[in-house]
Amino acid sequence: MLIGRILAGETELFHELIRPYERLVYVTIFAILKNETEAEDGAQETMISAFRHLKSFRGDAKFSTWLVTIAMNEARKRLRKGKTAAEDSLDATVEDHEGGDYTPAVLTDWREIPLEALEKKELREKLRAAVANLPEKYREVFVLRDIEELNQEETAAALGINVTLVKVRLHRARIMLQKALVPYLKSEAPYVAEGKPARGGFFRRWFA
Amino acid sequence: MKLDCKHVWEHISGYLDRQLDAALLEAVEKHLENCEVCSAVLDSTRNVLVLTADDRTYELPVGYSERLHDRLRAAMRGETG
Repeated sequence: MLIGRILAGETELFHELIRPYERLVYVTIFAILKNETEAEDGAQETMISAFRHLKSFRGDAKFSTWLVTIAMNEARKRLRKGKTAAEDSLDATVEDHEGGDYTPAVLTDWREIPLEALEKKELREKLRAAVANLPEKYREVFVLRDIEELNQEETAAALGINVTLVKVRLHRARIMLQKALVPYLKSEAPYVAEGKPARGGFFRRWFA
Repeated sequence: MKLDCKHVWEHISGYLDRQLDAALLEAVEKHLENCEVCSAVLDSTRNVLVLTADDRTYELPVGYSERLHDRLRAAMRGETG
C-alpha cells in the first residue's frame, strides 16, 4: 500500500516506510563491521539503495527481509574493501574448517548467575567483541537470528543458504560465544539471587 | 534414548529454540536433570542470548535517525528534481 504510493510518486512517504527498520539496518551492519562511522554510512547507503530499487521489491518477501539483504550486502562490500589479503586468507582457512570441534566451555563450580550481573556494561562490550571476532559466515547467521530475531526461513533467504545450514551455523556461533563469554560470566557470579522477577522486554525469548 | 554429555551439547541450540522432537527433548531434559556440567553449559549459553537480546548491547549513535533522513532527502531530491 505505502510502497505503491511511493512508486506512484509520493516519494516523501519513503521516510515513513523505513522508520521502523532504522535500527535493524544499522545494527546489522554494525555487528558485522564493528565500526560506528562505517555502519552509519552503510545504513544510509542501504536506505538510498532501497529507495532506488524499490520497484524491484516483490511483495512475496517481507520488506524487512529485503532490506536486511541489502544491508548485509553493503556490510560485506565494506568488509572486503577494508580488509587486507592476509586477513582474507585467514578467514578462508577458518571457513574450510567445516568439521571443526565446536564444543562449549565446560564449567565446574557453576551457579546460576544473578540477573543483575548481566546488567554490567563491560559484559556487553565483551559480547560485542566476541561477535565481531566470529568467522564471517557464523557471524552473519548469528546477527540475523539472535540480534535481529529473524526466523530461520528469513535468515536463509537473506543469506542465500538453506535452513539446515542456518541451524548448524547458528549452533556453532552460539557455542563459540559461550566459550568466549564464560570467563566473564563466571567471575560475575558471586552469589545466587533468588526470586528475582524477570523483566519484560529483554527476556522475551529466553524466559518466556 | 540415553545421551552422553557430548550429544547433549550438540542439541543445546535446538533446545533453546524449542526445535527438538519429543523423544529427543525428553532425553535431553532427563540428562539435564542429573548433569550439572550440561546444565551449566545450557545456562551460560542462554545467558549469552539474554545479553544479545538486550537492546543496550547494540545502541544507535546519537542523531543517527536525523542524519539518515537528511541524507535520504538529499539523495531523493537529486533523483526526482
